[in-house]
Amino acid sequence: MKEHIAAIPRLASGEVDFRTLEHKPSPVKWILMAVLLAVLFIVSLFLGRYIVMPDDVIKIIGQQIFNLPIQTTWTDSAETVVIRVRLPRAVMAVLIGAGLSMSGASFQGMFQNPLVSPFILGVSAGASFGAAIGLVLELPTAGIQAVSFLFGLAAVGITYFLSHLYQTTPILMLVLSGTVVSAFFQAMLSLIKFVADDEEKLPAITFWLMGSLGNVGLDDIALAAIPLIVCMAALFLIRWKLNVLSMGERESRALGVNNERVKIIVIIATTVIASTSVAFCGIIGWVGQVIPHFCRMLVGPDHKVLIPATMLVGACYLILIDNLCRLFTVTEIPLGILTAVVGAPVFAYLLRKTKGGWN
Amino acid sequence: MAVKLSIRDASFGYGSGDTVWEHINLDVMDGECLCLLGPNGCGKTTLFNCINNSYQLKTGSILLNGKDVRDFGISQLAKTLGIVFQEHSAPFPYTALEVVRMGRTPHLKMFSAPDKRDTEHAYHIMEEMGIAYLAGKRYTHISGGERQLVLIARTLCQEPEMILFDEPTSHLDFKNQAMVLQTVKKLSAKGMTIVMTSHFPNHVWKIGTNVAMLGYSGMVAQGPVEEVMTEANLSKTYGVDVMIYDAVSGSKKTRFCDPNLD
Repeated sequence: MKEHIAAIPRLASGEVDFRTLEHKPSPVKWILMAVLLAVLFIVSLFLGRYIVMPDDVIKIIGQQIFNLPIQTTWTDSAETVVIRVRLPRAVMAVLIGAGLSMSGASFQGMFQNPLVSPFILGVSAGASFGAAIGLVLELPTAGIQAVSFLFGLAAVGITYFLSHLYQTTPILMLVLSGTVVSAFFQAMLSLIKFVADDEEKLPAITFWLMGSLGNVGLDDIALAAIPLIVCMAALFLIRWKLNVLSMGERESRALGVNNERVKIIVIIATTVIASTSVAFCGIIGWVGQVIPHFCRMLVGPDHKVLIPATMLVGACYLILIDNLCRLFTVTEIPLGILTAVVGAPVFAYLLRKTKGGWN
Repeated sequence: MAVKLSIRDASFGYGSGDTVWEHINLDVMDGECLCLLGPNGCGKTTLFNCINNSYQLKTGSILLNGKDVRDFGISQLAKTLGIVFQEHSAPFPYTALEVVRMGRTPHLKMFSAPDKRDTEHAYHIMEEMGIAYLAGKRYTHISGGERQLVLIARTLCQEPEMILFDEPTSHLDFKNQAMVLQTVKKLSAKGMTIVMTSHFPNHVWKIGTNVAMLGYSGMVAQGPVEEVMTEANLSKTYGVDVMIYDAVSGSKKTRFCDPNLD
């Protein structure tokens, strides 16, 4: 027994050094993550096929965003590119990257399974089907976004309803119902694709679903930012309860957690985030699955630190991938393809490295 | 002595199906250590789930400190009643200290996380139990017996007035069983009110002050250990012929039971 006691780390004062007994990343890690995000964000304003001189970019940002008294020495189109194309795109990348990653981490905790994606309850299948309907009906963009968003919510609503038993929604029932609802909406989507005009509408549906930040404008940010930020805040606030819930519902209830309330908050928040992201940017896969893993290696499994870490790293990842999309390809590869092309090998590497044990 | 837990004419059944058990009456006094015996599937865990208000009784009521458990809020109940479940691995490699700290949950608000004081409290409990050496180890990497001790520490961290143990020694090896039993015995000696289910009737003589035997439809027998632990009651409860032996080794006396296989 004695050698065990000697092994407990103590500070010079004799007090127990808790830093090695809990997962608490050093402030340096947080600062590095934040700085990386800031750098990637700023860099993204300089990248693109339309050439704007770096000093012009700085001046445009200074004048337009910070209202500095700078003389206009640039063309109107340069200003449009920086303020109306690159800036909203970077903001959306940050919001969606952070939102999807936080959603994935929350679901993985809630479902006690590190392989779960934010789309497990059928939100992406529902939202894709909604977008396809919008496209076939030739609705205006805002209409397509609205229909897509609503079908995302509806799909998860059906999943929740199906899994509701005896005033509870057991985790296993949620997963099974999610699979059923996903399959149904995917079949409906296929049906729409099958009947869609293959000259125009079928390609439009296909491209929409591939996922892209290319069409995001300032007005999209105005619409999407509030629900995304509110839901991220909800996940952030409830993050510690995810630790308890991840020990199993029986135990978390005995520990005084209102499981149903935590589950419904997490489900609503992730569903709104995922529906918004599909409605505005199509399906951006793998972010919600890979980033939480990567962050668990970085800061440990404690959701108190894992959730903020996924927020920062997820934002970094999506903005980085979007920068790569713009930088390396002449005709921009859709973002959803690249997140998977980069994400899958990273995931495979993590699988090998952790030997599937996630420890 | 005050009655801590009182089960009054309780019956339970899933949905509209047959009852699992019916007409159970049981009083647990403050500071008592009650062992609950019964064959597999007789509904011991179900009874715990009813006490925890996870399942609803068909008839009757369960009172904790004289108040119906159905009138407790979830976190209020967790402050009064702790449950130690059978150990199982976790999906994520939290440290043992982090797992113990989860015991603070009922004392936290909906959106808050434990602070340094909670961490110190958790560590202090591990120290008192003699398992501080586990604090920094991953919960997924320690032995089953150690995990069970960590879960007991987590329950103590809740600061409950009463603890239910659901077969805490199942699928543990010999040494780990002894470790867990020793811990339960110490808690009982300190005055904690305890109800423990067990698959091993011999545990009753080791730690119990009272015993209740649950059969396939209701209580077979209940009362003080010396009165109730008879060959007739055990045989009836388990449906096999059980013999009780007294054994002496040096100055140590013990009593145990064994099924008669002949």
